[in-house]
Amino acid sequence: MGTVDRPRPAKKTAKNRRKSASSTNDPEFVQLLTPEGRRVDHPDYHLSLTDDEYRGLYRDLVISRELDAQGTALQRQGQLGLWPSMLGQEAAQIGSGRALKPKDTVFPAYRELGVQWVRGVDIISPFALFRGVDLGGRDVEADRFQIYSIVIASQTLHAAGYAMGVAKDGAVGDDGEAVIVYHGDGATSEGDFNEALIWAGVFNSPLVFFCQNNQYAISETNARQFRVPPYKRAEGFGLPGVRVDGNDVLACYAVSDSLLQRARSGEGPSLIEAYTYRMQPHTTSDDATRYRDEAELDYWRGKDPIARYRTWLEAESLADDDYFASVDSEASEHVLELRERVMNLSDPDVTEMFDSVYADVPPSLEAERAEAVAFRASLDEGSES
Amino acid sequence: MATMTMVKGLNEGLRQVLEQDEKALIMGEDVGLLGGVFRVTDGLQKDFGSERVVDTPLSESGIIGTAIGLALRGYRPICEIQFDGFVYPGFDQLVSQLAKLRNRSGGRIKMPVVVRIPCGGGIGAIEHHSESPESYFVHTAGLKVVTCASPEDAYWMIQQAAASDDPVVFFEPKRRYHAKAEVDTTAAPLGLHRSRVVRSGSTATLIAYGPTVDVALNAAGAAAEEGLDLEVIDLRSLSPIDWEPLRTSLRKTGRAVVVHEAPQTLGMGSEVAARLSEECFYSLEAPVMRVTGYDVPYPASRLEDDYLPNLDRVLDAVDRSLEY
Repeated sequence: MGTVDRPRPAKKTAKNRRKSASSTNDPEFVQLLTPEGRRVDHPDYHLSLTDDEYRGLYRDLVISRELDAQGTALQRQGQLGLWPSMLGQEAAQIGSGRALKPKDTVFPAYRELGVQWVRGVDIISPFALFRGVDLGGRDVEADRFQIYSIVIASQTLHAAGYAMGVAKDGAVGDDGEAVIVYHGDGATSEGDFNEALIWAGVFNSPLVFFCQNNQYAISETNARQFRVPPYKRAEGFGLPGVRVDGNDVLACYAVSDSLLQRARSGEGPSLIEAYTYRMQPHTTSDDATRYRDEAELDYWRGKDPIARYRTWLEAESLADDDYFASVDSEASEHVLELRERVMNLSDPDVTEMFDSVYADVPPSLEAERAEAVAFRASLDEGSES
Repeated sequence: MATMTMVKGLNEGLRQVLEQDEKALIMGEDVGLLGGVFRVTDGLQKDFGSERVVDTPLSESGIIGTAIGLALRGYRPICEIQFDGFVYPGFDQLVSQLAKLRNRSGGRIKMPVVVRIPCGGGIGAIEHHSESPESYFVHTAGLKVVTCASPEDAYWMIQQAAASDDPVVFFEPKRRYHAKAEVDTTAAPLGLHRSRVVRSGSTATLIAYGPTVDVALNAAGAAAEEGLDLEVIDLRSLSPIDWEPLRTSLRKTGRAVVVHEAPQTLGMGSEVAARLSEECFYSLEAPVMRVTGYDVPYPASRLEDDYLPNLDRVLDAVDRSLEY
């Protein structure tokens, strides 16, 4: 087990103690809520929400975790081909997602169920995608939540272009729009990611890069992706970079809110590195026991984003057992509804593979479509006789 | 009717696009202040501003990838890739993103993006500046691929490509950039995805596109002196291919020679030969012949005359066809 990278103890300087008050193993990052559930202040980032909003974050965290767990369960039951779990990353997704305004646009990677939930986008789409009944299509314009992107970092350039368009439309400044693109630590090694930083920088686009550093690109740790952490790399591209405790929903909210507002107002792009951990294997097809051990998982269980948040809500008397029970009950209802819907997703018609390739369909493709339809019909006739 | 070069035809066509569609953008390396290394976009930034004629970072994946994002935002980008051999850094964004996004979205989004690529050899250039990569894109569902062979087609086809709601890879034969011809800017143009009989004949059919249309026409001219009456078809659209004029011609001549600069294996000639064999088998008097670049990397320029299809190689193939 000697090959497993573990978080290294931070140097015990006065500076570090101030920024990261609780846990000596954390890197330097913005934290507002310690793993023990204690609220701490940060000189640059503050958060003041209403009681309802604070409770709402808990509801989002719990429901999105339960929905995500269903992805894993449904795959195990043979209902999905694959599921990439976000377990452990709820605070990063809910915190940043709740900092978005209705007009902002999200470019996800493929593990952003929590963001999708808080955006109010029908969460059936990733389940349909991973069941194999479609390719993830939705009304992306109405949703302001773009299509999942499987090729790592490809979406960062789409977001950079979209953000250029936002600026061209004059939609920055007072009541401006921001664009946020989600990606992982592995994506930071791709050319597209680095090109996107260049483009966002030189065109000063209203774009926030939200890097969920979950420590793993399948089996490879950060040590194989970079020598300088992503938030520091941003500076070289002329962007502010901030590292935040990705398991602290309040800090993720506060930092995202600040940098999204910066983008909306026309002050330009930035990068947030949410330091978090992927508690599940890369996907249901992966075997994480080959590259990490139980002790490491235990370490991160101690930093669970929901447990610390619940502790704080209780300590502040913001929520009681009745509230927590009501959230559990609501989550169960969502889960039941989701399971029902997933199992009832029907297989697509054979024509669907042909019908969305072109706006103006070439005659040769129409001929292939007719051939496929006729062949399928001939099989059906054969099975009926 | 005006006489102009292909570069001017493209330039005038692009000017029309920018004037008529406020969502149209031109983007690429050196397309603004410099007017493009071939001057195709000369003067456009001066007249339409740097917000619409955008000098971009030197970043091909970035050019295609951000064009996708701009299209998602409602813009209609026309990208320039400076040379054929420089398109590969943008390959994923072209074949996995631009080509597939409409399909992935279930037809809900459109991708009105044009990717202009100067192509082909014959200009004595250094490596990576003379390639013919069309097969990669023709092989990719979701893209449309066209190429112009005359100033008039350049003028109209670039406007038609810009009006397409599907992504179009637009190849410009750089060795034909400065050849002049008359351009009718008023008559209704032929459809973007239609092939065209550019010389009528009865002995055999030469099928060419882009830079080799001129080669085929010259070969037909020389053959006429020997009493051979060759038909020449300009494919114009490589994806989709407009098959009917090809079938009609084959039924008349019974013989075909496909001519292109790209290497032979799985080049356009392979698809044309296979399809015509399937659909015109009883009309064929001989196998469909191919005169193409060789299956080698584009050679050093002192050898390009040996690599490129020329008049003699085309006529030699016609002779072999006639021997059947």
